[in-house]
Amino acid sequence: MQTDAPAIDQGGIKEFQKRPDVFRALCWLASAAAVATLAWIIFEIARQSAPAVHKFGLGFLTASKWVPNRSIFGVAPFLIGTATSSLIALIFALPLGLAIAIFLSEDFLPLPVRQFVRFTVEMLAAIPSVVYGLWGIFVVIPLVQAFGSWAVVAFKNIPVLNTIFAPPAYGNSMLTASLVLALMILPTITAISRSALVAVPGTLREGAYALGSTRWEAIFGVILPTAAPGIVAATILALGRAMGETMAVAMLIGNSSRLTWSLLSPAGTLAGLLANQFGEAEGLQVSSLMYAALLLVVLTLFVNIAGEAVLRYTQKQTAGIR
Amino acid sequence: MKLTFFITLAIGAVSAIFANSAAAQQLSGAGASFPAPLYQRWAVEYNKLHPNVQVNYQSVGSGAGVKQFTQGTVDFAASDAAMSDEEIEKVKQGVVMIPATAGSIVVAYNLPEVKDLKLSRDAYAGIFLGKITKWNDPAIAKDNPDVKLPDLPINVAFRSDGSGTTFVFTKHLSAISPDFADEVGTDKSVTWPAGAGGKGNEGVTALVKQAPGTIGYVEYGYAVNNGLSMASLQNKAGKFVKPTDESGAATLGHVEFPENLRIWPEDPAGDDDYPIATFTWLLLYKKYSDAAKLKALKEFITYGLTDGQKFSSELGYIPLPAAVVEKSKAALASVQ
Repeated sequence: MQTDAPAIDQGGIKEFQKRPDVFRALCWLASAAAVATLAWIIFEIARQSAPAVHKFGLGFLTASKWVPNRSIFGVAPFLIGTATSSLIALIFALPLGLAIAIFLSEDFLPLPVRQFVRFTVEMLAAIPSVVYGLWGIFVVIPLVQAFGSWAVVAFKNIPVLNTIFAPPAYGNSMLTASLVLALMILPTITAISRSALVAVPGTLREGAYALGSTRWEAIFGVILPTAAPGIVAATILALGRAMGETMAVAMLIGNSSRLTWSLLSPAGTLAGLLANQFGEAEGLQVSSLMYAALLLVVLTLFVNIAGEAVLRYTQKQTAGIR
Repeated sequence: MKLTFFITLAIGAVSAIFANSAAAQQLSGAGASFPAPLYQRWAVEYNKLHPNVQVNYQSVGSGAGVKQFTQGTVDFAASDAAMSDEEIEKVKQGVVMIPATAGSIVVAYNLPEVKDLKLSRDAYAGIFLGKITKWNDPAIAKDNPDVKLPDLPINVAFRSDGSGTTFVFTKHLSAISPDFADEVGTDKSVTWPAGAGGKGNEGVTALVKQAPGTIGYVEYGYAVNNGLSMASLQNKAGKFVKPTDESGAATLGHVEFPENLRIWPEDPAGDDDYPIATFTWLLLYKKYSDAAKLKALKEFITYGLTDGQKFSSELGYIPLPAAVVEKSKAALASVQ
């Protein structure tokens, strides 16, 4: 059996394919532009940081003094501050975010309620950073201040705790910034972990039940381990967000370059340093700030790439199970 | 038909806007944020009197203002730190610095029980050096015999962003305390030995308001508007002086100007002088090529130096003493 129609169509398609594909060219251009912009930003930051890179080299990372009026620049306190605030934020946000994700991926509540909770948590990501900062000033700072005043007295004679909660207790402190950061990264952790949990094949769950496990045994013994790489990816991506967060942190952390062990002391982060000092900086201070920016970009890029890589690996793994 | 009508209307509106702006004289300035509310007020009031002159002042910070001025992207700039000789050298048309308004910097504190706190030179230098850490320290107590000072730790609040306020405050502290000059020094942003940093006057004000026991430095106007308690500071003559319009004006009235009008009363000597007051400067080129612009600029600044000074007090600035206005006018006259 043979008909004429396909032959005519074939000719039409061939004719069509010969014409230049404008749409494809536009898409190409757009994606190339996105890549080029990233490269350009990094290049420009690197170029402007050159004087500081030449002067301080890698010692910039370990020097603990940032004194603009003496032209002494070292970012160790800010590197440590960035790492500490992000990690503490994770310590708070990970258990909470994971708990929410489990709750939302199981059928504890009717679907509409779960959808509503999910929507609400994800809306947290839509709140502008400066609003978190203001909220932190009016709500979290007084709480941390009150907690701090109590903690420095209560833990006075307990080793370790009296170092972490050493007087004087400030409201604008590492603890305040970390708590608000935890809230800010909560949607990232919840959303990505939930997708990972939902993606666990139903057959695995049914298998667990069939072997006589309870719901909790199924969750902790089968579902969580299967979704683990996705949860790890969620954690890493949240870490990346916490490290780069600027406005809220600059408003809450107290912006000090002194190094202490106390969570109740003011501290500083790389992003906060840039936001604070760029406006009035001159000469070597500008290139030192650019150097700090370069470090921040490299760190966040690295963390985000790691997160993406884990996420991809997970998707491949679970696809295999299906 | 309808469409053509709207297009005609749109073209008409657009050309009207352009025609209007061609007739109006635009003056653009950028720089210090401290005097920005006053300069912007001048611009609004002046525009009411002279609708053909539009002044646009952007409060981008002293350093950024000087940068734009050096690159020639603005007609004038403003800076709390005036301009250094090296910066002036980079401007080929030459620079005229005109003191345009002034303000005090106050030491604000949060001790609900204490109404009138007196701080000696040693006391406030010691506090900001992190050496005096308790409110009932003898160094504070000895000047406040009638006040019951609490046994509270002192929380210092400082500006975390680069600012002219920090520049003037650290300049004064460096002048009165060799230890401060040695350990901290003078700049728009320094590394403070103690305390927490807030961004902008509003950030420091928030820090002070939040926690009893906090002390910080802010501009006088901010402290007044926010109802902060302000300490009386001991001046060079040994007297304790409250920050007021009068004590600030006294300080500024005693300043002996050099020829370029760039001076800070780092440690004023008069009996009733408040110790920390500063001018802030408008920066003009020595020569302008556009005669119409030059005329408008001179008239606007003359207005600011004379009639415009009456807005100072309500906005928290110190009106320029008459002698200073004369000097500023003379400097303005030298602009060509």
